[in-house]
Amino acid sequence: MFTTLLIEQLLNGLQLGVMLFLMAAGLTLIFGVMGLINLAHGSLYMIGAFACATVAAATGSFWIGLIASLAAAAGVGAIIEVAVIRRLYDRDHLDQVLATFALILILSEGARWLFGSFPLYLDIPPQLQGAVALPGGGQYQLYRLAIIGVGVAVAAGLYLLISRTRLGMRIRAGESDREMIGALGVDIGTLYTVVFALGAALAGLAGALVGALQSVQVGMGEPVLILAFVVIVIGGIGSIKGALVGAVIVGVVDTMGRFLLPSLLALTMPASQATTIGAALASMLIYVVMALILAFRPSGLFSAQS
Amino acid sequence: MNRILAASVFGLSLATSSLAYAEPVKIGVITTLSGGGAGLGIDMRDAFTLAMKQSGNKDMELVIEDDAQKPELAVQIAEKMIQGDKVDLMTGIIWSNLAMAVVPNTVAQDVIYLSPNAGPSALAGANCNPNYFNVAYQNDNFHEAMGQYANKDYKNAFILAPNYPAGKDALTGFKRYYKGALAGEIYTQVGQTDYAAEIAQIRASGADSVYFFLPGGMGIAFMKQYAQSGVGIPVTGPGFSFSQDVLPAIGDAAIGVKNSATWSKDLDNEANKTFVEAFKAEYKRLPSIYAAQSWDTANLILAALSKADVKDKDAFRAALKAADFKSVRGEFAFNNNNHPIQNVYIREVVKEDDGVLTNKIIATAFEHHKDAYAEKCGM
Repeated sequence: MFTTLLIEQLLNGLQLGVMLFLMAAGLTLIFGVMGLINLAHGSLYMIGAFACATVAAATGSFWIGLIASLAAAAGVGAIIEVAVIRRLYDRDHLDQVLATFALILILSEGARWLFGSFPLYLDIPPQLQGAVALPGGGQYQLYRLAIIGVGVAVAAGLYLLISRTRLGMRIRAGESDREMIGALGVDIGTLYTVVFALGAALAGLAGALVGALQSVQVGMGEPVLILAFVVIVIGGIGSIKGALVGAVIVGVVDTMGRFLLPSLLALTMPASQATTIGAALASMLIYVVMALILAFRPSGLFSAQS
Repeated sequence: MNRILAASVFGLSLATSSLAYAEPVKIGVITTLSGGGAGLGIDMRDAFTLAMKQSGNKDMELVIEDDAQKPELAVQIAEKMIQGDKVDLMTGIIWSNLAMAVVPNTVAQDVIYLSPNAGPSALAGANCNPNYFNVAYQNDNFHEAMGQYANKDYKNAFILAPNYPAGKDALTGFKRYYKGALAGEIYTQVGQTDYAAEIAQIRASGADSVYFFLPGGMGIAFMKQYAQSGVGIPVTGPGFSFSQDVLPAIGDAAIGVKNSATWSKDLDNEANKTFVEAFKAEYKRLPSIYAAQSWDTANLILAALSKADVKDKDAFRAALKAADFKSVRGEFAFNNNNHPIQNVYIREVVKEDDGVLTNKIIATAFEHHKDAYAEKCGM
């Protein structure tokens, strides 16, 4: 019984990690290439979820909703880049944080104005309903397995994009020397817009996928954004590989902590006390891990800048 | 000359009439209008303003502010309302952790606070206060009813709630009446949206039922994930987990679930019919339990105002305590600790003919129920 529970929790951790990777990959890409801290990344996640819920409700198909979420997030991302972000590249990080924080407020209230404050309904597509049997006798939700699959596919796709294509070459060049590739005649403005839209689309995809599991509502992006920042700090800012490893570490540590800590504490104290203290400790566990990793590797596990 | 005389007579009459009516009554409303918990606060605000509007009372000024579900922000707003706006009454807070941050300090400054939702146990017992009126419930109440009801069918329940004052009150309340064994007990984070780790533990625990208290978006996320997980053990919860604000987003997964509440749309009394019709007509949606409680709060204030001047604190407190208003919950009275004595019902989620998910009452768990902390209150 305990092994099946452990396997199920490991899969849960992996699924959370994969979802965080979709968020963190865009965030770290944007930081790596343009040196921009984008706090509004969580809002793009929210836009993806709202677009998916709205289109799925109108057409009856989750899949069309998923495509809409990619398009909407990428579209809004591109508009934001051209209208606002472009003016921020030469400013310092504090200005960027202020401006993108303003974007969070504008996008959240905009979404509230358009869709109202009550959560929207978005269900898992019929093909992915229900649970499947795991080897060893356990059961696992099919949709979560599908999310893990999507995450692995996106990770592989990003790897190929960055290592094998011309766009990827420019992204890598942009990461190592921004001025130089501009001087070599690459249209840096278009490159930035494309990278920003790509990151936004990944966030929108994450929002749509998770929206079907959770509730689609205003403000859903901010808690995920905080975790995504923990991920890129652990993984090393600007590194996609770091984002992947960091996301899996955060996902697994968070899930395992929530599950194991209260049971461990229950060995030494009364059950109700153990659950309260265990829950409190579990919620800070990922930050403890982050502090430990930073103590030994101050620039993260795979820093792109080193 | 005549004109001057007329003007001065008019002026005098104005002065005397303003003596009679004084200034408008100022009510400070602090509630959650943004973020994940906004649906609850908006229902609270909408019902409150609608009740005030329908009363036709013109000598009323509402100061409404958004606390964004953040305790520190709620404290600042409360200070501003008391010191700056000089409000006569305060109300509106949805969440118990915010109530704990705001209420003790507010009532200590001799401002009357009426709670339309949160009812933390810490304010119901030894720390009860003559300036604090809870028009909703004491936090434990709904859960006590469900604990009682669970004895009928279940012997080994798994219980979970968020780690904040109302969550702890919830599980304490459930355990007070539930006699069976506990397969597990979990406190989750406030605002958590992924419950995979908890659902895995439920699956492994061998429980025969799950009782969960997760208001707002938390409950939507849990129910959707639970329905998909293939665990299949029956779930129950307090009315908050299956309230009208979250049912449309949970979807059909909620059908048939039993939950406890002091109010339901189909509760058969005149005040409730008026309320449901008025709310539907004004806002084109069904009211939630938060709206019902807030409507009652507004009507309690209006009833007290018709009897006593709000500046005469003693008289006004006595008028509030008499609770001489038509509650949408039927019979309603205040206990010695200014918390309600009321019935608690068991409801079931049903799909109506027009496809709308809502609750209907199937049993009465407690009649004239009092909370467990009242005897510790010195009032």
